[in-house]
Amino acid sequence: MSDFRKPLNEQEFEKNFAPINPPMDQTQAMVESSRCLFCFDAPCIKACPTRIDIPLFIRQISTGNLTGSARTIYESNYFGNACGKVCPVDVLCEGACVFNHVNEKPIEIGRLQSHAATYVIENEIALFKPGELNKKRVAIIGAGPAGISCACELRRYGYEVDIYEAKNCPTGLTLHGVAPYKITNEEAVREAEFLQKQLGFVIKYNSPVSKYEQFKKLENEYDAIFIGIGLGETVSMNIKGEDLENCIGAVEYIEDVKIKKYLANSGRKVVVIGGGNTAMDAASEAARMGAERVWLSYRRSRADMPAYGFEYELAKKVCVEPLFNTMPVEILGNGMVEAIRLAPTEVVDGKVIVKKDEIFTIECDMVIKATGQEKQNVLLDIIDGFEFDANGKTIIDSESFRAVNTKYFIAGDVINGGSEIVNAVAEAVMAAEGIHKFLSKEMNQ
Amino acid sequence: MADLKINFAGIKSPNPFWLASGPPTNSGYQIMKAFDAGWGGAVWKTMGLPVVNSSSRYAGIDFGDTRMMGFSNIELISDRPLSHNLKELEEVKKYFPENPVIASLMVDTREEWHRVVKDAENAGADGLELNFGCPHGMCERGMGSAVGQEPDVLKLIVSWVMEVATKPVIVKLTPNVTDITDSAIAAKEGGGNAISLINTFQSIMGVDIDNFTPYPVVDGKGTNGGYCGPAVKPIALNMVRNCAQSPYIGLPVSGIGGVSNWRDAVEFILMGASTVQVCTAVMHYGFGIIRRLTSGLSDYMDSKGFANVSDMVGKALKNTVAWEDLNLNYNVIAEIDNKKCIGCMLCYAACEDGAHQAIGIGSNGSRVPFIIEENCVGCNLCSLVCPVEGCITMVESKSNTGFESWKDRTASGNIPKTFDDPLAGGLSHRVTEIEKALRKMK
Ligand SMILES: Cc1cc2nc3c(=O)[nH]c(=O)nc-3n(C[C@H](O)[C@H](O)[C@H](O)COP(=O)(O)OP(=O)(O)OC[C@H]3O[C@@H](n4cnc5c(N)ncnc54)[C@H](O)[C@@H]3O)c2cc1C
Ligand SMILES: Cc1cc2nc3c(=O)[nH]c(=O)nc-3n(C[C@H](O)[C@H](O)[C@H](O)COP(=O)(O)O)c2cc1C
Ligand code: SF4
Ligand code: SF4
Ligand code: SF4
Repeated sequence: MSDFRKPLNEQEFEKNFAPINPPMDQTQAMVESSRCLFCFDAPCIKACPTRIDIPLFIRQISTGNLTGSARTIYESNYFGNACGKVCPVDVLCEGACVFNHVNEKPIEIGRLQSHAATYVIENEIALFKPGELNKKRVAIIGAGPAGISCACELRRYGYEVDIYEAKNCPTGLTLHGVAPYKITNEEAVREAEFLQKQLGFVIKYNSPVSKYEQFKKLENEYDAIFIGIGLGETVSMNIKGEDLENCIGAVEYIEDVKIKKYLANSGRKVVVIGGGNTAMDAASEAARMGAERVWLSYRRSRADMPAYGFEYELAKKVCVEPLFNTMPVEILGNGMVEAIRLAPTEVVDGKVIVKKDEIFTIECDMVIKATGQEKQNVLLDIIDGFEFDANGKTIIDSESFRAVNTKYFIAGDVINGGSEIVNAVAEAVMAAEGIHKFLSKEMNQ
Repeated sequence: MADLKINFAGIKSPNPFWLASGPPTNSGYQIMKAFDAGWGGAVWKTMGLPVVNSSSRYAGIDFGDTRMMGFSNIELISDRPLSHNLKELEEVKKYFPENPVIASLMVDTREEWHRVVKDAENAGADGLELNFGCPHGMCERGMGSAVGQEPDVLKLIVSWVMEVATKPVIVKLTPNVTDITDSAIAAKEGGGNAISLINTFQSIMGVDIDNFTPYPVVDGKGTNGGYCGPAVKPIALNMVRNCAQSPYIGLPVSGIGGVSNWRDAVEFILMGASTVQVCTAVMHYGFGIIRRLTSGLSDYMDSKGFANVSDMVGKALKNTVAWEDLNLNYNVIAEIDNKKCIGCMLCYAACEDGAHQAIGIGSNGSRVPFIIEENCVGCNLCSLVCPVEGCITMVESKSNTGFESWKDRTASGNIPKTFDDPLAGGLSHRVTEIEKALRKMK
């Protein structure tokens, strides 16, 4: 049984989804920042994909220079506030903190980071200026972490930047995907607005780019194009009953929860399929939406589960019931989901074997598929000049993120197959540098 | 169980912990509360012609998240009428006959000194402390440190007091002098029975960088104040030691300055103090700290086998020598315990940039540094910066031979005499790989 009652209004929703890493106040920030040893060649920096100078920003907090601290953070990572809240810090910076070697709590880098970042956002302290216009224009497709980061970096070089975004709001999955107990929609949007205000890139909302002619038009109007469109819809499981109402993809379910909040459609007895972080999130969120029971069906063992340990612990804390070594064979129902049939599995020589004769049924009113997101190859395929490797992956230059022999650059989930916000930011900034080099060469010619 | 009772220049006290003259000894109420909590004695907030104080008055220096590593005030002597103070003093003595109450005094003329000494003694004071230390506010009126900085004037005033005093007289010294022993000698020559030190250091605690005003701020302006608290202890310890070692003084010393825990107190006593006085730590944490102070001292004495406090007074003085008497043939070398090392590499940064380039970075991505023994001069720096208890130790070198001090070497002519003398201690310290310093330039 989960501990949460179905939220009936905004307040109850917020209570159920209260932040797991609440903001620090000034006292907490002073105490925590004073604990940092300011290591030489600090291992935490190397563990951050965006290479934030962590001891520097922490020292700036401890010496009362919050603006400087935020500048250190944003110089390396335009999603400084979001990342501080949503990064899997246990496996990144905090996991590398030297305090782990003496069984001391590592420095709470993420929370300190958001502390400084929030300060400049709330006080509207501009950290950057756009560069002098260089008369070149870049189009960006997708206003997620990758697109916005690329835009910021390019604006500082002096490029004119237009972002084309399919949806009606910025930050991509930061807003539509990341669990509400990590970051609120408002926090996500405010950071994007904070950046937009000082750097002045244009975001054209409700403007999906998906047709051949559209790409052609962009190619004609812009000197380079950056693609940061993330991943597609949830992958289908190809089993019977998948089209029943209330059998839903995890990303779609989570987006619904994030946008409609307490009004989102959520089941009373929910089975989540999958063993990744998205599955853990979906299960946690279903529990917090007031489900009586939430099961997590994963076809391999706990040890094989790709989700981070702490994400699984989070789900366990809200009473999600694991069903390891099980696999869905059929979803039953008459119009609506009524039950799911699961088969136990065994892993032999790395292969999952289904025990067909031991199939059992669980009554449920919702099935959430967290079985991965589609690649965007259909879309990328229509662009002239794109080349793919044997695995269907777009061939890019690993330093500049340029799709070979084109004026397209591509970074974030769309190319790394789905990672973290911090990775999307790091890649996008490299891509922006790639674009700058590419166009500077042209400029010099 | 160790006996904490002491006799300081004839003043008996149940333990050596006294409240220094200051805000905690402002009233009879506070002092009774302190005695009730276990304090041995108290030096009353300096009495004299009552003053008028400013608001605000204090400022602190924090270190990291530690509050009030240093503390400063621009307060003057007692702002209460003399008769109120003395009436309360009389009351305290009724309740606590065993706990010494020392009257701290500061006035101007000979007549005034005679008057206040007599009044304080009549009220029941067990001793008198002459405040020649206050470094602000009073000195501008020719009192406090203005007196303490002039040995002749100090001596004269002490002698005025001695004309009428029947109780032991302690002279409280200002540290705002070049050589504190000059003041101490003057106190002795004037006839004083004991000295106490230090009073506060003249200081500017910091500046409000938004409004361009020194702290503490009084309606947009500030002034120099008196610095005290944990940060001043090392300077106070050295001054106590100088007075205790001087062959010309030989007076009991009450040690003051930054005492916050029992260990500080033990250090002052080992350096020659026979009582310690505490002000800032009480202003920070209240009278309750006395329990930690007495139990810490008594456990320490038990562990060392000291039966009485007097057994340990000045115990460290014989090992406190001049630099020229240190053994220059003695070498220590840093040693890193690889198992304890957490890889912060602070020792590397410190030694590489701030000392002798005697620490190398581990190979194959290891973050455990190693000591380059031939470069290590045994300076301690790495062991001081290492955040892990017992990870870097300074180990005695196996090749140590005999004793030879600078004095010995001077006597035998074995010292560098020319600018390029081959006897130079740092002869081998020449790094030839200059290019390695120029990473950015290249
Ligand atoms: C459920 C879930 C939870 C997650 N939790 C975390 C977490 O806790 N911490 C973390 O660091 N990461 C988390 N992530 C991953 C993180 O959200 C992504 O790695 C990151 O958002 C990728 O950024 P992106 O810019 O590459 O893509 P997205 O964030 O997907 O942004 C792509 C943008 O492009 C737009 N777009 C797509 N197609 C088009 C088109 N044709 N034309 C115009 N616009 C288009 C989309 O609307 C979207 O705004 C989570 C992901 C999911 C799904
Ligand atoms: C606010 C304040 C007021 C003080 N007032 C007096 C005083 O009136 N007379 C005096 O002799 N010393 C006075 N002192 C100095 C203390 O007695 C003591 O010598 C000094 O603070 C060092 O000790 P500490 O580090 O324990 O505070 C005062 C100190 C402070 C902080
Ligand atoms: S961006 Fe993420 S990984 Fe990098 S320092 Fe901040 S919280 Fe850690
Ligand atoms: S590793 Fe930990 S202690 Fe060292 S600098 Fe990074 S956060 Fe600070
Ligand atoms: S300072 Fe201590 S813990 Fe840090 S690297 Fe050096 S030896 Fe290791």
